[in-house]
Amino acid sequence: MKLFTGRFLTIVAALALLIAACGGEGEETGTAADQSSTNEAVNEEPSLEGDLNLVGSTTVQPLAEVLAISFEALEPDVIVYVQGGGSSVGVRSAADRSADIGMASREIKLSELQEYPELVVHTIARDGIAVVSEPGCIIETLTKEQVRQIFAGEITNWNEVGGEDMMITVVAREEGSGTRAAFEDMVMEDVLIVDSAILQPSNGAVRTTISVTPGTIGFLSFGYLDEQTKAIAIDGVLPTEENAVSGEYSIVRPLNMVTYGETEEKTQAFLDFVISEDGQAIVVEEGYLPII
Amino acid sequence: MIQRKIKQNLAFSAMWLSCGLTVLIMLFVIGYVIIKGFGQIDLEFFLTPPRGGLSGEGGISSTIVATVYLVITTLVFATPLGVSAGIFLVEYADNIKSRFVQKLVVFARFGVETLAGVPSIIFGLFGYALFVTSLHFGFSILSAALAGTCLVIPVIIRTTEEALKAVPNSYREASLAMGAGKWETIWKVVLPSAITGISTGIVLSAGRIVSETAIFYVTLGGSYRTPTSLMSSGRTMALHVYYLAMETRAFDKALATAAVLVLLIVLLNLVINIVSRWLSA
Amino acid sequence: MRKNKKRFDTAMKYSLLFAALASILIVLMIGFFTFREALPAFRDIGLGKLLTESVWRPGQGQYGILAMIIGSGLVTAGAVILGVPLALGCAIFLSEIARPNLRAIVKPCIELLAGIPSVVYGLFGMVIIVPIVRGIDVPGNTGFGLLSASIVLAVMILPTITSVAEHAIRSVPKEFREGSLAMGATKWETIQKVIIPGARSGIISAIVLGLGRALGETIAMIMVIGNSVIIPATSTGNPLSIFLSRARTLTGNIAVEINYATGLHESALFATGVILFVLIMIVNSSARYLMSRGSLGKNC
Repeated sequence: MKLFTGRFLTIVAALALLIAACGGEGEETGTAADQSSTNEAVNEEPSLEGDLNLVGSTTVQPLAEVLAISFEALEPDVIVYVQGGGSSVGVRSAADRSADIGMASREIKLSELQEYPELVVHTIARDGIAVVSEPGCIIETLTKEQVRQIFAGEITNWNEVGGEDMMITVVAREEGSGTRAAFEDMVMEDVLIVDSAILQPSNGAVRTTISVTPGTIGFLSFGYLDEQTKAIAIDGVLPTEENAVSGEYSIVRPLNMVTYGETEEKTQAFLDFVISEDGQAIVVEEGYLPII
Repeated sequence: MIQRKIKQNLAFSAMWLSCGLTVLIMLFVIGYVIIKGFGQIDLEFFLTPPRGGLSGEGGISSTIVATVYLVITTLVFATPLGVSAGIFLVEYADNIKSRFVQKLVVFARFGVETLAGVPSIIFGLFGYALFVTSLHFGFSILSAALAGTCLVIPVIIRTTEEALKAVPNSYREASLAMGAGKWETIWKVVLPSAITGISTGIVLSAGRIVSETAIFYVTLGGSYRTPTSLMSSGRTMALHVYYLAMETRAFDKALATAAVLVLLIVLLNLVINIVSRWLSA
Repeated sequence: MRKNKKRFDTAMKYSLLFAALASILIVLMIGFFTFREALPAFRDIGLGKLLTESVWRPGQGQYGILAMIIGSGLVTAGAVILGVPLALGCAIFLSEIARPNLRAIVKPCIELLAGIPSVVYGLFGMVIIVPIVRGIDVPGNTGFGLLSASIVLAVMILPTITSVAEHAIRSVPKEFREGSLAMGATKWETIQKVIIPGARSGIISAIVLGLGRALGETIAMIMVIGNSVIIPATSTGNPLSIFLSRARTLTGNIAVEINYATGLHESALFATGVILFVLIMIVNSSARYLMSRGSLGKNC
């Protein structure tokens, strides 16, 4: 009998927990719904509130996260959510309005503009792409042509470009990535990246792989440059912000945010903040290039 | 005879060795993660959110919230469905007279078995196609929980079935003889005696959600902020380990998060073991 | 009153039936939605080209997944070679040799191995196994590749195979064992000549189930295999050096690219999913078939 009561108590406890869980759930959804409806009602009030959803490129994501925190300090009633997903997902999410703002680390494709005619593109920053190797590499500079041959798999040993006798392992982003598309555009031109390249699904993963693997070379967005990898000069020009701003370093692409049709006030406020002096200061602080 | 004995000894030593090696591997994996990870863990690690961006700094508070939120949401969807299905398959399915319904039962069983074998990335793909894009739930707790439900439903159904089968038939017969209806019998007699078994299934499912990564990698979005509603994106602890290791190379923090994760799994396993021992006693 | 009760019972029965049908509905929905998304790829690329072309360059409109099929196959084979002997040793040890109290300690350990999240195995692979494999001195070896992935995967499928095989061995009737021992066979001879043959189909289905699990693993694989789209090849004269090659699995193809893909590229990834799904369905149903044949055999 005692055993039975014990079991019974467990049942009650389990059920209570479940019910509590359900209850909690309901409330939470309730408040979220309330919030968005009040938001529509009091849109004309000066102070902004509600959620702002940003979806897209993992290159833009870390920058957007930092921008979001500063924006929330200005507009405490707005909560900004920043999600990854990739440039293409970003464009599509903006177009079908599942996100307020889409993020893309590449130019918007013609096909996308045709499919979603009301897309509005806002360039929020520019970003250089650097060629990097593992930190122990003794090579300081390569010509653009050498870089192309290395990534094409024609040069396979570091000693062919003045380094040690060691196989070169190419690390690249996967097909569809904005960084890869920009790199192919500006460096590879019509040459294809070698098939045996290690492919990683994000800039961070590329950096991690290069930093722990001897003999590797790859490309990274400027925002990801640090002591974990060694940046290689292209035709003698180091990939630095000064060189990119001055135009000496040419592998630079735009980072975009896209909206669809007319934008809500809070969305516009965020975009205005991003291109404002304060916003651009953050862009520079995070290692990206300002728009002008 | 001696030769045969030697052969036996050799073979048995090989078995001992393989088993010892397996246990050693287990101890090494868990030991390594926990010993390396624990150096990083303090109270602050649990109480601060990840700093986000590329630093890999910060703690895991928001990922704990996201994990708990996701586990509860998934279980809210999966438990009623899974338990009901289990009840049907044990209590009703065998005395169905209609041919048509009998066929449906065969399909239902086939469904459970198939679902149990589907790899998680397929659930992710499905969740991405249906919940994230077609239904516009976006990368959110809701999308992830619905995709996660597919993963744990077979687990809950199977444990429920086993728990119900373990209830002696005499209980049912006695209740029915006293004039109780079929459902009344199930609700008041069968379920209460099977509840501990069913709850191990629920705990097991919670463990599956906690350790799953692939599904949530493509449906949850990975935002490191604390989720505030069903529509928020989020990052579970397992996903955080992935992001830390792959994106930031903060292997120390990744190992610390993994240590918490492993400890949680050890704990859940312990609970299940104790409960099932208590059941069989 | 009684009529009401009866009506209530019938209503309950059918709502429960509906819940029971949820699983098959989910399976059908998964099939429907993945296939619907994959349709453009099947139509515009064609199943034949998808399966037989080895070049995957979505940017150039080339969508062949042969390299991924071979990658998945090789990594699974590697995991089976490394994992199966260990798993079977464990299964026999647990069911025939270990004393109950030892078994009570070892069994939960193996179950725990099954519970460890795959991302933890992936992390462990990155931090421990990849650097060790990198130590093998072969040109172009980076540590990321089939060998590291196979080792990680072997540990991951070990518990599945062990527990199913152990179950199969335990369900060999006691009389078989006693008969053999009574006839003067040693314990090992009994295991070798009576018990393993008796549990054969169960053991095979355990291995096949492990195979299915290995084919479906995603996260741990993308963390250690290098994800290159190439058909793995030997780099030295030694045929084993093929395992130092990088590769990509079907699962990895989906996970690595799905977030960036649009149009036909995205569709081709769903097609990869459909092919993986079909492959695993075949593997799992053959395991089930073997298992049902096994239980029939016991009755004879």
